[in-house]
Amino acid sequence: MAGGSFRDRHREPVYNRYVMRIDFLYWEDCPSHDEALRRLRAVLTEDEIAAEVQVTHVDTEELARALRFPGSPTIRVDGRDIQPETVAADGRLTCRLYLLDDGRPSPLPSAEMIRRAVRAAQAPAAATNSLGGTQP
Amino acid sequence: MTLATNQQFISFALPGVAGTTSSPEDFGEAKALAVIFWCNHCPYVRAWEDRVIALQHEFAGRGVRFVLINSNDPAKYPEDSFEQMQVRARLKDYPFPYLFDENQEVARRYGATRTPEIFLFDAARTLRYHGAPDDNSEDPQAVRQHYLRDAVEAVLADQAPAVAETPPRGCSIKWR
Repeated sequence: MAGGSFRDRHREPVYNRYVMRIDFLYWEDCPSHDEALRRLRAVLTEDEIAAEVQVTHVDTEELARALRFPGSPTIRVDGRDIQPETVAADGRLTCRLYLLDDGRPSPLPSAEMIRRAVRAAQAPAAATNSLGGTQP
Repeated sequence: MTLATNQQFISFALPGVAGTTSSPEDFGEAKALAVIFWCNHCPYVRAWEDRVIALQHEFAGRGVRFVLINSNDPAKYPEDSFEQMQVRARLKDYPFPYLFDENQEVARRYGATRTPEIFLFDAARTLRYHGAPDDNSEDPQAVRQHYLRDAVEAVLADQAPAVAETPPRGCSIKWR
């Protein structure tokens, strides 16, 4: 998987409108990142959310520390981790342990977990947009 | 190079969380013996942990023994230290030996690369299955292929497992 970003061309943002920023960080060594990115993209498509998704391959301990990378895969929506309670203090190259709603451990975030984080970020932004924003 | 199916098992003697040194020869009467590379920190191990424990309980009365080995470097992953292995084994009441491969020699000799990674031997200690526990680490209810269970049943029936090799799926072993 190459690093970089993508934006859904069918949902280009309206001028001055809020566009969600999503950071998807992964380490190639953990086999779950492809499925996690597929789930993220599916949630964005299903919920019709305009988002800028930045995909970053964390491939050194130095970069892991600099990004405070808690493990692969990690998804941050507008800078906030989708499961902040499972974030360790220091970044390092490792596979990420998620806790599902029923308490089971998993190497992958569920689609529902991703959806909740995306909707939580979207709600205050939508309220701001509905107030009129700063159109020229 | 990874140990291949139909090859003979490789002996070892390693310290375990119970405070004694264990060797596969300790289980000479076992009709099937699974050597499973394992650790504490890996989310794949955690996701499969209860299933592997349940399988050991289920098959214990039929002469099946699992032996778990942690070969990770605890300097890089302190959760995989011997002391933390003891904590984990107590917490989950492991029904199998949990051994520490401190110099990583056993992992190298087996050619293990992942956790979890299973090497299942028959009564003659010939490798009959190598790979993952099943085909879904995330959701036990969604498993379609019970690789380890099916392989154990085949070995107990003196048959070759229908699936003898699957790609181990999990965290890499953390080498020094």
